[in-house]
Amino acid sequence: MALTIDEQPKLTPKERATKLNQSLKGSQAWNSIFRPGSIFRKGYTDSPRNRSYVIMNSVLYHLHPVKVKRHAVKVSYTLCLGGLSFFLFILLTVTGIFLMFFYRPTATNAWQDIQSLQTSVTFGLMVRNMHRWGAHLMVLSVFLHMARVFYHGAYKAPREFNWVIGVILLTLTLLLSFTGYLLPWDQLALWAVTVGTNMMGYSPVIGSQVRFVLLGGVEIGAETLLRWYVLHVLLFPFITVIFLAVHFWRVRKDGGISGPL
Amino acid sequence: MTEIPAHLLKRAQEARDKAATDSGAGTATSGATSDSRIPEELLNRSKAAGGVVVAERVATGVATTAPNGNSPLGTGPGGHTQRLLTVVKSGSIQDVKAVPVDKVHTWPHLLGPEFVAALACTAFTFLFSWFVNAPLLQAANFNQTPNPSKAPWYFLGLQELLTMFHPMIAGVTIPGVALIALMLAPYMDRNPSNKPEDRKFLTSIFTVHLMFWAVLVIIGSFFRGPGFNFTFPWRDGIFFDL
Repeated sequence: MALTIDEQPKLTPKERATKLNQSLKGSQAWNSIFRPGSIFRKGYTDSPRNRSYVIMNSVLYHLHPVKVKRHAVKVSYTLCLGGLSFFLFILLTVTGIFLMFFYRPTATNAWQDIQSLQTSVTFGLMVRNMHRWGAHLMVLSVFLHMARVFYHGAYKAPREFNWVIGVILLTLTLLLSFTGYLLPWDQLALWAVTVGTNMMGYSPVIGSQVRFVLLGGVEIGAETLLRWYVLHVLLFPFITVIFLAVHFWRVRKDGGISGPL
Repeated sequence: MTEIPAHLLKRAQEARDKAATDSGAGTATSGATSDSRIPEELLNRSKAAGGVVVAERVATGVATTAPNGNSPLGTGPGGHTQRLLTVVKSGSIQDVKAVPVDKVHTWPHLLGPEFVAALACTAFTFLFSWFVNAPLLQAANFNQTPNPSKAPWYFLGLQELLTMFHPMIAGVTIPGVALIALMLAPYMDRNPSNKPEDRKFLTSIFTVHLMFWAVLVIIGSFFRGPGFNFTFPWRDGIFFDL
């Protein structure tokens, strides 16, 4: 086959990729997505300026300040416990959303749904396991985080109020875990919650009323399941997120994490 | 017109008299040392530059120093267009509060470890979930109470207390007081130091409480069998589901 004289030289795959990359990064869509200064617009070379841009140009990372105290990044000081608690909260949210697709909070369906989730849903058993163990791990890490903060005296001025918020978050974590405990609707769930809520009934003055509202009756039943489901997937996470936001915000406003000792 | 109280008039008169005697003494001493607020080396530098000594100039007044013939109006005797009015020592009117802090960039020094920790946490949860299944017992049955019935592990300390105290004390008062005491801890602890060697008492108290709860939870989890009676896990097995 004869070639025409003015045919363009054939581009190598590498040249083609470069050309595509250039036209993509020059496009209006690309530049509208990534802010000026974003490393996705101009590439990343290691410089103090770019290190700052990484934080400032990401809605997720800018929970952090651009710079932190040198001692604060030592893993041996924080043991990452606060960060891990938050990460587990995210992990539990993600796995929890997955579980919600396969679960109906009714006395007739709940246990059967978990059963079929484990046996006939792809990764169903794995995700349920991760949700369960992640929850126990979160209780543990929040608890250890509190102990770490106490031993460092990090609750002292000006961080007193953030400690109070932390205690509230610990309580919320326990409540989240406890409400989730009932949802499989098996013998373990039913009777563990029975033991737990019986204790609640002994609160003076309001004990039996609070218990009635939480259980949706005088004994645990189908109404309890629905109530605790809503508390577990909606109300408590909602409140927790609010307190988490205040907690993180106060860490920065109170001058970063405490120390050095 | 407002009448000025006699004691104020008297005080003003005393101040005026004192000022008169002071200025009399001041003229007797040399010009360079009369105004001690101006550092010596600045006065010397001014002298060396050929200018009139500032203190003398202040004493004689600007009007009496005749300007040189060709210098523009309003300049000093040395042709200077500026003069030293006063020297404010740093620290007298400004107080620098910001102390420089040793800081590092969040990226990569904090985000790096955070990312590794998150990955490790995910990997651990994933692997653990691979090998250990979450418990799912028989469907809930109101007519069949398992023996023993145990609360989730983090409440087993409370359930353990139930064996010793009235439910009102064990289930409400003790955890309630513990929670409130925990919240009030920063307001009750008046010791400003966060150094471990200064906080031995509180550290011990807190550790004792942690151990107390840990021991209760461990007993409740592993050492309680049917009827919530005391057992040994190596003898009768474990009655515990996570």
